[in-house]
Amino acid sequence: MDMTRKPAIARGTILGPGFRALLGKEVLRFWKVALQTIVAPVVTTLLYLLIFSHVLDEHVRVYDGRVAYTAFLVPGLIMMSMLQNAFANSSSSLIQSKMMRNLIFILLPPITSLEIYLAYVLGAVLRGLAVGFGVWLVTLPFVPWHALVPDHPLWNVAFAVFGSSAMGTLGLIAGIWSEKFDHLAVFQNFFIMPLTFLSGVFYSIHSLPVFWQTVSHLNPFFYMIDGFRYGFFGAADVSPWLSLAILLLFNLVLSAVALRLLATGYKLRS
Amino acid sequence: MTSSPPAVEFERVSKTFPAASGAVRALDDVSFTVEQGEFFALLGPNGAGKTTLISVLAGLARPTSGTARVLGFDVTRDYREARSRLGVVPQELVFDPFFTVRETLELQARYYGVREAGPWIDELLTQLDLTHKARANMRALSGGMKRRVMVGQALVHKPPVIVLDEPTAGVDVELRQNLWAFMKRLNGEGHTIILTTHYLEEAESLCTRVAMLKAGRLVALDSTERLLRGVGGVSVEISAERLPEALAESATLQASGAFGFTLPDHAALEGVLAAFRSAGVSVRELRVGGADLEQAFLRLTARDAGTA
Repeated sequence: MDMTRKPAIARGTILGPGFRALLGKEVLRFWKVALQTIVAPVVTTLLYLLIFSHVLDEHVRVYDGRVAYTAFLVPGLIMMSMLQNAFANSSSSLIQSKMMRNLIFILLPPITSLEIYLAYVLGAVLRGLAVGFGVWLVTLPFVPWHALVPDHPLWNVAFAVFGSSAMGTLGLIAGIWSEKFDHLAVFQNFFIMPLTFLSGVFYSIHSLPVFWQTVSHLNPFFYMIDGFRYGFFGAADVSPWLSLAILLLFNLVLSAVALRLLATGYKLRS
Repeated sequence: MTSSPPAVEFERVSKTFPAASGAVRALDDVSFTVEQGEFFALLGPNGAGKTTLISVLAGLARPTSGTARVLGFDVTRDYREARSRLGVVPQELVFDPFFTVRETLELQARYYGVREAGPWIDELLTQLDLTHKARANMRALSGGMKRRVMVGQALVHKPPVIVLDEPTAGVDVELRQNLWAFMKRLNGEGHTIILTTHYLEEAESLCTRVAMLKAGRLVALDSTERLLRGVGGVSVEISAERLPEALAESATLQASGAFGFTLPDHAALEGVLAAFRSAGVSVRELRVGGADLEQAFLRLTARDAGTA
């Protein structure tokens, strides 16, 4: 055995092999249980579509009647499922590793905070995109074909990727902060779920009273949904540029917090 | 001319943990070095600070003060270099239930940037008697098998410095022997091995040097041979029907059922035998040996308690 060999990671490498390995592990983790992590949320979202579109399609007018309610609903549901699953991926992976105490196998190797952050967040983005694509596919039979072909696909890609990355980062922060599954459930049930449901997934905020319209503008999830919807119809409640700017700012703040927590080893290293 | 750095250096390492009852000082100004190629034992009772010291070395805990280095690389400042040269078998039995044995080892190799780890993983599986379980999910393994996978994970990047924190807990005798034979081989090939164990006879037979910790402080650091010589004394085991009342205070009951005595020298044996004779108890078997590491350990830790 050669004891003088140089380590496999060159000095100054920004993203070393640990990043690729950890990203691969994160993807393999959700792919191995795809029935639970991809198929199940797709089915749940389809149920939302069937129930809401059946009850409300004839009663709700959006964008002055230019878009049918069911067609309006689908992009919101796609985005909601992407956001929730991106959050679930990074947060559950981390809390499970903490509870099972196997996080040590990631903390012992020469993996940097940036590599850990990017691997967890990219893993979350990929799961979000997989679920979003699945939802888009299964909703196609229920909506006229032309309504679900994006007018501005680059906006869809931007909001899907940055929305999922924001939620993946938030999941990472929640996973670091949580000391048991209960803590994570609090985060999920009292923060993520209400904010996604009250973000205009099921309605245009113009149909709300002025007070609730103002409240909705304080919800960062609203901009993610609204911007994503713009990609499909070329119509939105606010400018997509404003939504994108707010989403990028949200990403920036969350990633700064996550990187700081990882660098200081908060609740990870003693 | 530059000499090669020690495998491991601890320089005035202290670690304090906050606690509800005030700060707990887990390590108190610990300094010592382990040279390259050594087979080194780190001993101490529960709560002595062994695992905390290993955690500092592995970057799992940050020292409150002082520094630790692996082959000259500071574990905080040059952590990538330090960690890539270190393999640690943690004390706690942990695993990732999502993966098989082989996937677990392959993943760990990739964390360290090891390419084409296949042949070495095959060898590890053979050495650790896990070949037949390579495709089994980690959940399906017994405790001893999981422990062996953890050993494999620590060795998968062929680290020059290997730290084993209680690696044989829960592992049966035959596999323990195999593991030590493998460690001896790695040590013979130049790897530095640092071992913590509760089985003092393992440390005694394997390690050339020993550090003893108690309450976070280093109480002894010497070669195993000198430590044993320093303790002196004679260890005696006597098998008999019963223990004479006069010896009740000085004897310990051994796992074999025999009565054990630690005597200052061979001459003191006559007093013990006389007590058996006067009580009318016949001695069935008598075994006499030199001092062992356990005696050294007990004596040193007791001495330290006396002066504290």
